[in-house]
Amino acid sequence: MHQRLLPFAVAFVFAGCGGPTGDTPKGPTDLRKIAPGELRAPSDFAGIEDTRARSQALFLEASRVFTHPRCVNCHPNGDIPHQGMNMQLHDPPAVRGPESHGVVGMECTSCHQDKNQALTRVPGAPHWALAPLEMAWVGKSPREICEQMKDPKRNGGKSLAAIVEHNAHDALVGWGWHPGADREPVPGTQEQFGAIVAAWAESGAECPAEGARP
Amino acid sequence: MSVRIRVNGVEKTLDVDPDMPLLWALRDVLGLTGTKYGCGEALCGACSVHLDGQVVRACVTPVRRADGHAVTTIEGLSPDGSHPLQRAWVELGVPQCGYCQAGQIMTAAALLKAKPKPSDDEIEQSMAGNLCRCGTYARICAAIRKASGMPEGER
Repeated sequence: MHQRLLPFAVAFVFAGCGGPTGDTPKGPTDLRKIAPGELRAPSDFAGIEDTRARSQALFLEASRVFTHPRCVNCHPNGDIPHQGMNMQLHDPPAVRGPESHGVVGMECTSCHQDKNQALTRVPGAPHWALAPLEMAWVGKSPREICEQMKDPKRNGGKSLAAIVEHNAHDALVGWGWHPGADREPVPGTQEQFGAIVAAWAESGAECPAEGARP
Repeated sequence: MSVRIRVNGVEKTLDVDPDMPLLWALRDVLGLTGTKYGCGEALCGACSVHLDGQVVRACVTPVRRADGHAVTTIEGLSPDGSHPLQRAWVELGVPQCGYCQAGQIMTAAALLKAKPKPSDDEIEQSMAGNLCRCGTYARICAAIRKASGMPEGER
């Protein structure tokens, strides 16, 4: 019961006793309601007047993609990739290997091709591989992912512009929206996601508070 | 579509659907039936061959991926069955039914080429995708160690 009441309580605190007025800055709780498979547009965040808060809210929106099993599964915090919405360990038993491409005889591309295999259900996309260990997302909060993503020592030496480009156009990232078979895609489209990440970068690339969740 | 592949050292031109599994091209078009069809889903390793030296599961590899590249099958591992792994396999009597053994040997060959003296962990990790329903795993590992020149009891 307490969990059911919590959203109303939060809304009450943000809105004040009289509800939103023209004088009250919009907060993240005022965001447009969307279905689980949708992604908000940057314009949905325009009402958050505080730039830092808007940037944090944009990253939280993007983290609905970053923390989705479809993405996290190949950002393991150990040496074994995950698979499926339940994030079970990869079967057949594959391991990271020295360059995150698997080991001899069990390279990622021993089985995964440059596109999904419809008949066999083996997922595929160009340069299929694990993210390096320093980019592990399993078990990480949106803030931790944000901090890693901005850290050139842990993001492959990427600038913010390169991060935006990677998220907006990389083919392996794009697989998340077209996972094939009966796999659940990540929310929205890659174009919408790219726009959210770009808006986050343009608004200062602020990281959400620890504990903040989308 | 015409696909050019160097198969076991010989240039071949195949007029096939580019999405045909490499396994079908090898077995049905070229008659190289040493490579076996197991699960058809990259889960068992029976169809393992080398594509430019890398192990791939031929059952899920579209033949277009091999266009302009070199493929080695069990028939091409050695001209006369004298590869150290093949000799070790015979000496230790590794196979039971034998169906998975071509895939096992091809994966083991890639491993030894990359790591001539693999540790037990490295053998286990590399061979983990090759299943044997007869359970000959202990003999497979022993034969790999023998082919690598390591005493069987050494750890």
